[in-house]
Amino acid sequence: MKNLTLTLVFSLSVVQLSYSQDKYFTRTGHISFFSEAALENIEAHNHQGTCILNSENGEIALSVLMKGFEFEKALMQEHFNENYVESHKYPKSTFKGKIVNFDRENMRGNGKYHVSVEGELTIHGETNTVTSEGTLEISDGTITAQTSFPVTVKDYNIKIPKTVVNNIAEVVEVSVELELKPYNK
Amino acid sequence: MNKKLPVIFITLSILTLFQLKAQDDLLELLEEETKDENNINYTYATFKATRIINGQSVENTAGGVLSFIIAHRFGKINDGFYELFGLDQATIRFGLEYGITDDLNIGIGRSSFQKTFDAYAKYKLLKQSSGAKNMPVTLSLFTGMAATGVEDLSPGNEDVFSSRLSYSYQLLLARKFSNNFSFQLSPTLVHRNLVRTPEINNDVIALGIGARYKLSNRVTLNAEYFYRFDDENLGDDTFNAIALGFDIETGGHVFQLHITNSRGMLERYFVSETTGDIADGDIFFGFNISRVFTIVKKEPQ
Repeated sequence: MKNLTLTLVFSLSVVQLSYSQDKYFTRTGHISFFSEAALENIEAHNHQGTCILNSENGEIALSVLMKGFEFEKALMQEHFNENYVESHKYPKSTFKGKIVNFDRENMRGNGKYHVSVEGELTIHGETNTVTSEGTLEISDGTITAQTSFPVTVKDYNIKIPKTVVNNIAEVVEVSVELELKPYNK
Repeated sequence: MNKKLPVIFITLSILTLFQLKAQDDLLELLEEETKDENNINYTYATFKATRIINGQSVENTAGGVLSFIIAHRFGKINDGFYELFGLDQATIRFGLEYGITDDLNIGIGRSSFQKTFDAYAKYKLLKQSSGAKNMPVTLSLFTGMAATGVEDLSPGNEDVFSSRLSYSYQLLLARKFSNNFSFQLSPTLVHRNLVRTPEINNDVIALGIGARYKLSNRVTLNAEYFYRFDDENLGDDTFNAIALGFDIETGGHVFQLHITNSRGMLERYFVSETTGDIADGDIFFGFNISRVFTIVKKEPQ
């Protein structure tokens, strides 16, 4: 009887263990964006992106705190949070989707692959379906993911006043670089 | 004993199922992972500008940024049409303010009012934050010095330079209660080396009260009042300073438009020597405009 219980607990923990081993995780993802307009170029960087990738089925989720974007000019940063993305109302931007051309066999050894990602991007409380092309590089248990895609500001209900149309682009280029390590919990 | 076995088994299976279910959503899992992280959430933009109206706010010009501030106070609105409701008589202050760091500001200025030069420093000691570090208020220290350049300051007496000086010290204690509402208390001490008559105290102790309410993302309504303690020894013709105004922000500028009963734009003048009597309708229209220039750019990484 005792043995049976032990076996049960043991097998359950094995299930748990194998379950968590197929996930890769980071909390220092680098997310940046670049806006090119007539009067000035604006770029901002965030090194606190969290991401989790399921290497069994290619599902991926990403979350980033909007306050963590750092700008060249302090006032830009304040206006970005206060007036444009309204960080107090919508503190996070998220992405949830999957790698469309996912092949789990690729995850077994080292290699670099071209991937297409499709999913739901939520910024400023607005959600849109987006697709993006990028690369996955598997190297000794670390997955390096890289992608960039355009974001049309208007699609996320972010208003740009007429007085600054020459300062802020209508479409900004977003870049994502992630170094994912096996997730243990 | 044997009867209990299925119960344990089922309970464990259900628990496991729940666990699997809970981890199924990757976003929820991310939420879990970031929730209890040691994030300190610092409050930003308690006020839009480094002044609430006349008095200093807890805001600083950011590190590496130079701010050029032009301020005007016009004449009495109740002077009527002849003076175009005060617009014919402006007092002006030009000022430069620089952020040595995000927390330490220094500034200089020159006012046409009493031909005064001024210099000051402001240091942010505590920053309001939530999360891993909980700090309910922002606290800044302010110290300023002013020197009047008026010729023959005290007729009939020897002109000693030190008699032209005054000093001011403030604790600025502010809290952003919500995204819209911020409140500040500013205990203030002003010391004047020379006053008009021997009956008037050289020291003035006052409590400044300031608040702002956000009407939209770019416009706020501000109010400010300086209550002076022991005001019977400060001269009958001086009053507590009061001001009401709007902040309007456009890109790199902040416009502050207001009405106040003080004409001076330095602590010495508005805290201790405000001559406008609200009861008589002595109200001055004024504005502050600031324009920032980024001197030291942060390196994007």
